[in-house]
Amino acid sequence: MNFDFSEDQKLLQQTVRDYLTEKSPLSLCREVLESNAPYAPDLWQGAAELGWLGTAIDERYGGAGFGYLELVLIAEEIGRALAPIPFSSTLYGPAEAIRLAGSDDQKSRYLAKIAAGELIAALAFSEAAGQNDVESATTTLQGGKVTGTKLPVIDGGAADTALVAARSDAGLSLALVDLTGEGVTREPLESIDPSRPLARLSFDDAPAELLGGEGEGAALASNVLDRAAALMAFEQLGSATRVLELTREFVMDRYAFGRPIASFQAIKHRLADLWCEIELARSNCYWAAWALANDDSELALAACSARISATKALDLATVEMIQLYGGVGYTWEYDCHLFYRRSRLLGAALGGTSAWRDRLVGRVDARAAA
Amino acid sequence: MDLNDTPEEAAFRAEARAFLEQHLEIRPPGTHARGLGEDLTAEAVAEAQTWQKTKAENGWACITWPKEYGGRGATPIQTLIWGQEEARYDHPNTSVFSIGTGMAGPTILSHGTDEQKTQWIPKLVTGEEIWCQLFSEPSAGSDLAGLRTSAARDGDHWVLNGQKIWTSGANWCRWGVIVTRSDPNAVKHAGLTYFVVDMNDPGIEIRPITQINGGQGFNEVFFSDVRIPDAWRLDEVGNGWRVAITTLMNERVSIGSAGGESMIGTLVEHTQKLKLNGGRALDDPAVRQRVADFYVRSKGVEFAGHRTVTKLSQGGIPGPEASLGKLVAGALIQDIASYAMDLEGQAGSIMSDSGFQASYLGSPGLRIAGGTDEVLRNIIAERVLGLPPETRMDKDIAFKDIPTGPPSK
Repeated sequence: MNFDFSEDQKLLQQTVRDYLTEKSPLSLCREVLESNAPYAPDLWQGAAELGWLGTAIDERYGGAGFGYLELVLIAEEIGRALAPIPFSSTLYGPAEAIRLAGSDDQKSRYLAKIAAGELIAALAFSEAAGQNDVESATTTLQGGKVTGTKLPVIDGGAADTALVAARSDAGLSLALVDLTGEGVTREPLESIDPSRPLARLSFDDAPAELLGGEGEGAALASNVLDRAAALMAFEQLGSATRVLELTREFVMDRYAFGRPIASFQAIKHRLADLWCEIELARSNCYWAAWALANDDSELALAACSARISATKALDLATVEMIQLYGGVGYTWEYDCHLFYRRSRLLGAALGGTSAWRDRLVGRVDARAAA
Repeated sequence: MDLNDTPEEAAFRAEARAFLEQHLEIRPPGTHARGLGEDLTAEAVAEAQTWQKTKAENGWACITWPKEYGGRGATPIQTLIWGQEEARYDHPNTSVFSIGTGMAGPTILSHGTDEQKTQWIPKLVTGEEIWCQLFSEPSAGSDLAGLRTSAARDGDHWVLNGQKIWTSGANWCRWGVIVTRSDPNAVKHAGLTYFVVDMNDPGIEIRPITQINGGQGFNEVFFSDVRIPDAWRLDEVGNGWRVAITTLMNERVSIGSAGGESMIGTLVEHTQKLKLNGGRALDDPAVRQRVADFYVRSKGVEFAGHRTVTKLSQGGIPGPEASLGKLVAGALIQDIASYAMDLEGQAGSIMSDSGFQASYLGSPGLRIAGGTDEVLRNIIAERVLGLPPETRMDKDIAFKDIPTGPPSK
């Protein structure tokens, strides 16, 4: 057993961190948040040039041919920097679905462009508030065309392609839709985190390319969501770790009653508890990374666990951050709200934790019965 | 990153299994490890000693120790594998030896002289002699260095007077390790000296403590003019705190996170069988939410343990990070027990075979023994996060001048 990343992998992570420290300070996230820009194009270009986008993509399709253990560490750094790029939208859902179910032709056409930063993709499963179940999608697929509405779609405004869940007589299917083509209308939605914009996508007989067999979408969607959850959990973990570091620095420097507020036990114990939540999340994330990298069936449990604990850790971290910063934490000027917003955006993406808890228990139950 | 055995680890696992196979039966599914319980009986102790002796004769008793002292120099991962394998078999619980093999033994090995090692280690390993730890006192718990049991020098002997508390299994023990106040004029941490004491000394009186669950796992131990030779001192006079830290570091590693993982499995089984609103409790949406959270926390503790073992096997020493498992698992076990009882409705108040009521009564101890939740939070805050230490009123003054509260009852 070796439950740690290798020295090479850690070195890669440090390289990514160094690059993002220079190219993606929190002011970049704020810039996107305060403007109408959908993302930071220079950073996206840089990520492509450094090979990050093709990390887990096969060399045959233009990727770097690394694996998930490298991809999760990059995801962690993306989260740490709050990098305002469509990294998660493109890679965690759509790219995974194409890798899993795409034909050779589809892989050649899509994955190479994704790796090169020439194609932004978005995950379009959700249709309405409260709906966390992909299988209840009402968008239809008929004669190679989809009709229906998807919302919210993260990066739906900037994306070239969407991965859509749609229904036909055969059941649920997943399909790729060219968002620049006919039959597609996009409207921006106001995002809780404008550094990651949202859109409503309306399809009216929009041409769609089936991914995997028709009617085989439910199992594929479930697998894609697990993989996306595991990857996104690392992003959440990276953000939470940064929040703890920033908050620690703040309470060390802030004096009240003649001493650093970090010396009060009321604050020390809160930060100790936050550290525990983050480390529990990290441990579950490692489990998920191992399952992803080894294509192990434990991913079904590990992905849910990573998702639930990483969401909880980041939520707690950002709430505590604002509380411990005090009044300044509530100002637009300080960066606390960037993390507070991102926490809820990522917590909502892929469905809320209530649904993930239910999914997890269903799987634990089935395994314990077996 | 790999959760599977390497070829070397698989070979070690096979070796462990071959030994266990030779002496034991596989534990039937659904049964729990044979526990001694807290109230030891002479038969249970004798049975445990027989198994401990068999393990020792084959080098499986203290596997992390060097070969010359009866161990096999096992790595942390091999220790984990051994634990996993032994748990699969039906064997007498050997926890009565854990203070000796897990704490006193390692302390003697790092601070003792060759004569001391020769005198004590062989019978400690075989379980022939059982050991206890005499650290806490009525007025010195989390603030252990505030202890007052005195050691006064008398030629080449020392005379001990005072009281210790929370000593596990004291009445079964032949030897104990003890920290004493040898110099009340020195500042707190500098006036301590560490000894081994003979628990059969007539000046020692042992009184069992009855816990909230009715068990009697711990004792009060009184010392009245107990004379011990200077040859039983471990390390230098005044160096007792350093020695005690060695013992405590080993304690936190051995207490670890044991228990949390099996509790969640029991809860899942329980909610599969329990009826709620005409169906299985585990089909109830509210139950599913809570079970999921308990599951995720249990797995978090389990895999945090794997990270610690990996770190140790890469040559690290057990750091303050290891506090996580104990801090989280203690409260988790208590929460799971409390929730399972709540689900049982009015029947939750019946002491049942499910074990949750017993766990509810036992679990508060897990959050106190071996470092309270609050002490662990301080350790994490100060030694992991580097936050400022607590303000202390007892620094730089002689121990005898430190303010105290009224004596505890």
